[in-house]
Amino acid sequence: MKTVAYSEVQGLTPGWMTLLGGLGALIAIGLGSAWYMEHNGHYVTGMSNQVVWGMPHVFAVFLIVAASGALNVASIGSVFGKTAYKPLAPLSGLLALALLVGGLMVLVLDLGRPDRLTVAMTHFNFKSIFAWNVILYTGFFAVVAVYLWMLMDRRMGGWVKPAGFAAFLWRLILTTGTGSIFGFLVARDAYNSAVMAPLFIAMSFSFGLAIFILVLMAAYRWTDRPLGDGIVRILKNLLGVFIAAVLYFVAVQHLTNLYITERHGIEAFILRDGGIYTFLFWGVQIVLGSLLPMALLFHPGLSASRANVALASLLVIVGGLAQVYVIIIGGQAYPLEIFPGMEVVASGFFDGQVAAYSPTAAETMLGISGFALAMAIVAVGATVLRFLPVSLADEG
Amino acid sequence: MSNKACDAGRRDFLKAAAAVVTLAPGVTLMSIPAAAAPRPADQPASATQRWGLLVDTTRCTTDCTACVSACRTENGISGHGRPATDPQWIRKIELRNETTGATHSLPMMCQHCANPPCVDVCPTGASFKRADGIVLVDRHTCIGCRYCMMACPYKARSFVHEDVEDQRPDVPRGVGTVEGCNLCVARVDAGGLPACVESCRSNGNGAMLFGDLNDPKSEIAQRVKTYATTQLRADLGLDTGVRYQGI
Repeated sequence: MKTVAYSEVQGLTPGWMTLLGGLGALIAIGLGSAWYMEHNGHYVTGMSNQVVWGMPHVFAVFLIVAASGALNVASIGSVFGKTAYKPLAPLSGLLALALLVGGLMVLVLDLGRPDRLTVAMTHFNFKSIFAWNVILYTGFFAVVAVYLWMLMDRRMGGWVKPAGFAAFLWRLILTTGTGSIFGFLVARDAYNSAVMAPLFIAMSFSFGLAIFILVLMAAYRWTDRPLGDGIVRILKNLLGVFIAAVLYFVAVQHLTNLYITERHGIEAFILRDGGIYTFLFWGVQIVLGSLLPMALLFHPGLSASRANVALASLLVIVGGLAQVYVIIIGGQAYPLEIFPGMEVVASGFFDGQVAAYSPTAAETMLGISGFALAMAIVAVGATVLRFLPVSLADEG
Repeated sequence: MSNKACDAGRRDFLKAAAAVVTLAPGVTLMSIPAAAAPRPADQPASATQRWGLLVDTTRCTTDCTACVSACRTENGISGHGRPATDPQWIRKIELRNETTGATHSLPMMCQHCANPPCVDVCPTGASFKRADGIVLVDRHTCIGCRYCMMACPYKARSFVHEDVEDQRPDVPRGVGTVEGCNLCVARVDAGGLPACVESCRSNGNGAMLFGDLNDPKSEIAQRVKTYATTQLRADLGLDTGVRYQGI
């Protein structure tokens, strides 16, 4: 078997400094935003007692979901034995860890009491899927770290497959847990469905791979390393399939709700009458974030352009953020049905009304800083350890 | 509020007050009827009791907010003029039956479920149910994740969005944590009534009845046994401690 040579990225070059400087600035702005929200209290955000999870949660959930998906490239190589993916495995593992760190930073800094993180790490209610997620996230770091060790230490080569299998299984359970945070909410028509778990798994495949493709392209372009058309082609085809898988689960989710009379209200809200949520669903999630990238990835002429593959990946990320926004914010904006058969004429607490939510700059910047932190970890990681193959040129 | 309703409320109040004086002569409660004898501080809450509330919506009127005002005073809850983020432990809701057009007015608060979703989802166990059925938040272990607010079917909880001042000693609160109706747990432990119930009797229409659902002799247990009462979102099977009569 051909041996793949890996090397570190050269650090402290002008380009490297510019990248890390920019990412560092975004991280600093995000941390400042978190300080501003915590110092004043959450009333300075767009969140309220109606929409309790806002923009930080959109970014955090997106990043956490994408993290498990980013590991897929490694899993396809180690677990399913696809040779072409094997050189990409270390980067896949690094990106997975980095995205999870970014997502968790946003999630923790939005807590009402982030100073009580130790409480969350030491007090567990085992009936809570949220508590299970804390364990699953922590375990993911350990499992993927061991997997990376097996991948990168040639003496441990024989352990790559079992470690890869363990990581693959763990990531499936992790995303099941993330989806179930919503799936287990009994009272809200927008959630409360077993389909949330597989939907989130499909979303993770798609979002994680889209980010992986962009990181791979950027890394190889900026370090002047050869990246063959062959590897880009298999990745872009896989991304197209993953987008289709997400569309399938989205269709199942909405068709099920459309069949259940009780849920016609939430469906009419998301699909037809919801204003910004309806626009984000059809315009951004479906057309811009799913159908257009599929066309770019599968059209024989268009998909030959590497720029189009990058654009499609970017659109998947934008569509994914819109999808998570519609799920999290749209699902809360639609009022709880506390009195079936009754119309709420007046309420001292917005019962029966669609809740308003406008994200503030601070919330959004905190979310973006999660992305920036993930990218900074990848950049620094690839600088200090050999994550990137010297060449990914097509084998002639 | 009609005079008739007021009179009926007053009659019930006097009746209940008289009954308590007979049953528990040691209790000095400013002529307020007690639900049970005070619980000694060294004894834990007991599952032999299940505290509950019965709201008679036929007595509750649109113009009356005595329960809401009493709750705010009792628990030191003040707003900042920002309705979307100001905390609400109890609120009034006006309803209209979509089929018949019948209108109802009722107070809405934590329903103190026997199977509370907020307790199920809380990652740290800060959201908990006491043995006697009162659902509470431990302010020391609440991390402010708001998952309980996502899970509650009744929108009964609030996140403290800004600093709180002038806290009541019995009711610790804190920015960045979640709170909700605690059924005036300190008053109940002292053998008293929740502030909303007391105020509804003295200043409102006597639409709220508090007591031990597990005690077959209690008025609330008798009423729940005799009349058809409603648990909100009964389809969820949560077995609420708060029941409604008349909707």
